[in-house]
Amino acid sequence: MQRCGVIICRYSTVYDPNEKTFDKILIANRGEIACRVIKTCKKMGIKTVAVHSDVDSSAVHVKMADEAVCVGPAPTSKSYLNMDAIMNAIKQTGAQAVHPGYGFLSENKEFAKRLEAEGVTFIGPDTHAIQAMGDKIESKLIAKAAKVNTIPGFDGVVKDAEEAVKIAGEIGYPVMIKASAGGGGKGMRIAWNDEETREGFRFSSQEAASSFGDDRLLIEKFIDNPRHIEIQVLADKHGNALWLNERECSIQRRNQKVVEEAPSTFLDPDTRRAMGEQAVSLAKAVKYSSAGTVEFLVDTKKNFYFLEMNTRLQVEHPITECITGLDLVQQMILIAKGYKLQQKQSDIPINGWAIESRVYAEDPYKSFGLPSIGRLSQYQEPLDLPNVRVDSGIQEGSDISIYYDPMISKLVTYGKTREEALKKMEEALDNYVIRGVTHNIPLLREIIVHPRFVSGDISTKFLPEVYPDGFKGHMLTAGERRELLATAAALYVAAQLRSQKFLGDLRVSIVPAESRQWELCVELDQGVHMLGVSRSGNNYTVSKIVQNITSHFKLRVLSKLAAYLSKHMPEKIPEDTSSILRSPMPGSVVAVSVKPGDNVAEGQEICVIEAMKMQNSMTAAKTAKVKSVHCKAGDTVGEGDLLVELE
Amino acid sequence: MAIYALMRSSLGLLHGLKCSFKSVGQIPYGAATGAITQAKGLQNARCYSVNHLSVQERIEKKRKAALTGGGQLRIAAQHKRGKLTARERLELLLDPDSFVEYDMFVEHRCSDFGMEADHNKYPGDSVVTGQGRINGRLVYVFSQDFTVFGGSLSGAHAQKVCKIMDQAMMVGAPVIGLNDSGGARIQEGVESLAGYADIFLRNVMASGVVPQISLIMGPCAGGAVYSPALTDFTFMVKDTSYLFITGPDVVKSVTNEDVTQEELGGAKTHTTVSGVAHRAFENDVDALLNLRDFFNFLPLSNKDPAPVTECHDPRDRPVPGLDTIVPFESTKAYDMLDIVHGIVDEREFFEIMPNYAKNIVVGFARMNGRTVGIVGNQPKVASGCLDINSSVKGARFVRFCDAFNIPIITFVDVPGFLPGTAQEYGGIIRHGAKLLYAFAEATVPKITVITRKAYGGAYDVMSSKHLRGDVNYAWPSAEVAVMGAKGAVQIIFRGKENQAEAEAEYVEKFANPFPAAVRGFVDDIIQPSTTRKRICRDLEVLASKKQTNPWKKHANIPL
Repeated sequence: MQRCGVIICRYSTVYDPNEKTFDKILIANRGEIACRVIKTCKKMGIKTVAVHSDVDSSAVHVKMADEAVCVGPAPTSKSYLNMDAIMNAIKQTGAQAVHPGYGFLSENKEFAKRLEAEGVTFIGPDTHAIQAMGDKIESKLIAKAAKVNTIPGFDGVVKDAEEAVKIAGEIGYPVMIKASAGGGGKGMRIAWNDEETREGFRFSSQEAASSFGDDRLLIEKFIDNPRHIEIQVLADKHGNALWLNERECSIQRRNQKVVEEAPSTFLDPDTRRAMGEQAVSLAKAVKYSSAGTVEFLVDTKKNFYFLEMNTRLQVEHPITECITGLDLVQQMILIAKGYKLQQKQSDIPINGWAIESRVYAEDPYKSFGLPSIGRLSQYQEPLDLPNVRVDSGIQEGSDISIYYDPMISKLVTYGKTREEALKKMEEALDNYVIRGVTHNIPLLREIIVHPRFVSGDISTKFLPEVYPDGFKGHMLTAGERRELLATAAALYVAAQLRSQKFLGDLRVSIVPAESRQWELCVELDQGVHMLGVSRSGNNYTVSKIVQNITSHFKLRVLSKLAAYLSKHMPEKIPEDTSSILRSPMPGSVVAVSVKPGDNVAEGQEICVIEAMKMQNSMTAAKTAKVKSVHCKAGDTVGEGDLLVELE
Repeated sequence: MAIYALMRSSLGLLHGLKCSFKSVGQIPYGAATGAITQAKGLQNARCYSVNHLSVQERIEKKRKAALTGGGQLRIAAQHKRGKLTARERLELLLDPDSFVEYDMFVEHRCSDFGMEADHNKYPGDSVVTGQGRINGRLVYVFSQDFTVFGGSLSGAHAQKVCKIMDQAMMVGAPVIGLNDSGGARIQEGVESLAGYADIFLRNVMASGVVPQISLIMGPCAGGAVYSPALTDFTFMVKDTSYLFITGPDVVKSVTNEDVTQEELGGAKTHTTVSGVAHRAFENDVDALLNLRDFFNFLPLSNKDPAPVTECHDPRDRPVPGLDTIVPFESTKAYDMLDIVHGIVDEREFFEIMPNYAKNIVVGFARMNGRTVGIVGNQPKVASGCLDINSSVKGARFVRFCDAFNIPIITFVDVPGFLPGTAQEYGGIIRHGAKLLYAFAEATVPKITVITRKAYGGAYDVMSSKHLRGDVNYAWPSAEVAVMGAKGAVQIIFRGKENQAEAEAEYVEKFANPFPAAVRGFVDDIIQPSTTRKRICRDLEVLASKKQTNPWKKHANIPL
C-alpha cells in the first residue's frame, strides 16, 4: 500500500488512493471555508461543486471548484440557506456528498434529513446528534446525564420578559439570555438587572428570529470573567472518539472570537485530560460522528462548565490542525464514508503553538469592530513568510458586501513555542496589505503584543478591561514617535524632490529650488513637531517602520511656511452630532420608532439597524424633538448616512 | 520669513511714510524727491530735494509700502476672515525665493472723488504680478490684493495683469490668477471696464496657447467673473470665495428671491449645481498646495508635450482586481473610479469636477510618468448615461487635453443618451454634439477601453474607432450594440410569442465584444488585468503621433 502525504501549512493530508471515498462533493458554503474544503478535496482526488449566490459568481471558491451552481440572489435566505436550490444543485451535478462548512446549513437537521432521504452523504454528524446538541436546553440535559459539568440555569424555554426577570431573580444576577437555536454570539445578551433582562429578552428574541427562524430563549447563570476554552473532538461511526486538545478562544468582542490559540496557556495536563474525557463522553452519549467541538467556560479556579457543543467544523480549526498535524476536513470526509479512526488518543500530540487572528472588514475603533464594506482595492497576504497560513476566500478586487460575514481571512502562525508563534504573528500582521475596506488589523496587532495577552492573563473580558473606553489605536512610544516623524519627513522630502524631476526635452529650462535644507512641520495627534531635513542625511529606507506600527495615524507634513500660514485658516465648524443620528455602519433599517415632531428622551431608542445579522439599537444623544426622519424600515443604509435629525 | 520681519518692523514707520508720500505726490514727475526726515516736521509744506541718497530711500520706502499692501490693519482683517494676503498666497504657491515681481511701483491714475490724495495711493495698487516657478517650472501669476481698495480693478491693475499675460504668451508659460476682488474700481468708471475687457481679450487670445488657471479666493462678482470663466480651470476655496454676476441684494430687488452669498455663488453651488467651478478646496493653504500638485500635470504651453515625471509604479503591473470588477449582471453598477485608480500610476487621480455631472468622470493622471487625461462613464451614477451636463463636462475636458497635447484615455460603459423631455427641451442634441465634436476633432493619442456597455450613438461618441481612436480595446464583458437586449427584441421580434428566447438569441449574438471585433472596430479583446500594461505600451508608441485637421480659421463647435 502506497501512501502519499502532503504537508502544507502545518497539517498533512495523508491520502491513500486505495481509500475510496467520494467522486464528487458539493460544498454548501462560501468564502474561506468553501476554499478550505475544496483544497483538501483536490488533494484527495475528489471533484468539487461550489454553490454561490449571484453576487458571488466570480468569487474565489467558485473559481477553485470544478463545477459551480448559482443557487439564488444575494440574501442568504434566498441562496446559501435555500435548501430547495441546493438540493437541485446536488441532483444536477450528481454530487455524492455535501460538506456544509460552518454557519448556513451546517447545523440544520432538516437539511441533513433531506440529504439522507436523497441518499446523499452529509459530511457531519447524523441528524440525531445535530438535533440533540443544536438545542441548548436539550444539550444541557444530555450533558448533565453524561456527567459533564454544566452551568446552573433554567432548563427550559422562557416564555416572556417577565418570566425571564423572575427566573433571573432565582438564579441570581448576572444572567445570560441566549437563543435556544443560537450560536456565534447572535441572539445573546447579558443582563445585570431586571431592566436589562427585559431589554435583552426583546433583542435576543428578535435576533434569534431573524438569524435562526426560532425565537425560543433560555437563561442561565453568567460566569463572570471566564475563559472560553473548547475541546476539538473527532468521532467515527464505530463508536471511537478522540479529543484533539483544546483551543483557547477567550479574546472576544460581543461574544465573537477574535484571537484564538492552541494549546491554552492556562490548562495543566490534568485539567486538559479531564476536559477532553468529558468532551469525548458527551460525544459518545449522542453517538456523535465527524468533527465537533465542545465549548467550556473555565473560571479562574480552573473549574470548567459545559457551554455548548458545535456539531460542525469550527472557524478556528486550523490551529488544532497545526498542533496535531491532522487534516480535519479529510478526517470528516473519511468518517462520513464510514472509515474507522486510524489514530489512538495516545497518538494525538501537541506539537508547538499556533495562533489564529481573525481578520475582519470592520472598524475596530467602533465598539471593537463594526462591519465595514467595500472593495479590496489592494490585497496581499503575508504568505512569503514561513510558518504562516492564511485561510481566505477573497482576492484583490473582491467585494465585502453587507450580505455576508465580514471576515476577510484567518491568519494563522505557528512556532515551536508561543513566543515564536506570537513573533511570527506580529510580522505577518505587519506585512498584510489590505486597502479599500477598514479592517481590524490595528486591533489584532495591539492584542498580540499586549503584556496581559503575552503573559497569558486573559479572559473573555479582555477587550473591555484593557480598553475600557474602546479601542483607540496604538499609543506611540517616544521612540516610535521619533521614527514616525522622521519617516514622514523623509517621505515628504522624497516626494518633493521627485516632483521637481521632469524627463524628456524641455523647451523652458527647469530651475529647481536649490534646497539642501527643509524646515518642516509635522502634525501628529494634535501635536506639531518642527523637523529639519538636510539633503545629505536623507534616508528613504524607513518606510517599513510606518508599517510596523500598523495603526493608522493622521499625519500631515507641511513646509514651515504652509504651517505658519495655516493659523489663519478658518476652523471648519463640525456638525452638531448630538442632534443628528447617522448610521455607524452599512446595513438595513429594521424598525424606526419615532416620527417627526415626537419628543425623545436621551438614550431613547430611535431606530434599529441590522448589519451582518446583528441588530444595533440607535439611541438619542440628547432629549429633543425629532426634526426629520430620513429612513424607513426596510431601507438599506450606508455608513454615515443620515437617519434622523433632532431639533 | 524675512518678509514678516520686514512687515512688522515697517509698522511703526507707516504713519511717517504716508506723510512723506503726501508731500511728494503733488510735485511734477521727476523733478525732485521728498525727504522724509524733513517731511515729518513740515507736514503741509512742500519739500524739494535732489539728494540721490533720498531716491534710494524712497525706493526702499515704496518697496516696503508695496509689501504691506493696504496696511497692517487690513491684513489683520484679511487674516481674520480666514484668508491669506496676496503675497502670502504667492509665497506658498511658488517655489521658495523664485518669485520675480513686476510693476511694484505702479499706482492708479484716478483723480476723481479724492482718489488723487496720497493716502489713497498704494505702490503696486491692488494686485501683485510677476513670474516664478512651481517645482522648477515657469509660471506667470497675478494675485489680487483685497487689502487695497478691496482688490478692486483699476486701469493700472488691469494693465499689470495684461503685462504678465502678454509675456506669458510670448514665452509660452501658464498663467495662474488668484482672484480676490470686490469688482470694478467704481471711481475710475469706464477705465475700469476697459481694463476688464483688456484682460478678457488676453484670456481669449491665450486660450489654447498656454494653460490658464483661476483660483477664486474671495469675492469675484460682476464683470470680473468672466475672466475666470474664460480660463481653462476655475478652482474655488470653500466658505470664503464667491462667484456671481450680481449679489444677493440685487437679486432680491430684481427677482425678489432671498438667497445668501453662499447659496448664490459659493464653492458648493458652483462645483455641484452650476458647473462653473472645477473643484473646491478646504482653505487657502489647501487650495494653493493642491494647485502646485495640479500644475505638475500640465504642459507649459501648446508647444510642449505633456510632462513626464519619474514613475515608481511598474508600467507592466498587472491589476488582478479588474478581472472581477465588472459585475456579472449588466444591470448592476460598479465604480468606474476603481478602474481608473487601479490602472493609473500610484492610484493618483486628480479629478476635475468630481461633484458635478457625476455620470461622467474626468481628470488627470499619469501613465508610466506621462500625463494623461482620463474620461470615463460612471455606471454608479445614472447608469453612466450621457446627458446635457455630462456631455458638456466631458467635451470641455477633452478639448483642453487636445489643445495641450495630453493623450486621452476613455473608459466606456454607456447605455446611451438620457431620454426625456427635460433633456430634449434642454437641447441634448446640441450639447451631446459637443462631446462628439470634441472627440472627433482631437488629434492627440486616443486610447479607448470598452469595459461593458457601448450602446447606440453614445458608443460612437465615446472616442470610438470611427472618430479616429488610435487604439480601441474591449474587455470580455463588453457589449457593443445599438441597444440593450430587451429593447432590441421588442423591435426586431415585435409580436413574436417567445420573447425570452428571442432575447437570449440577441444576447448571444450582440451582448459580447465579437460583433465589433470581427469588423475591426476594436483592435483587440484584452484581459482586464493587463489593461495598464497595454496602455503604457501604446502611449510609448503614440508619443510620436502626428495628425492634423484641415486648415480652418477656427472650427465651429455647436455651442
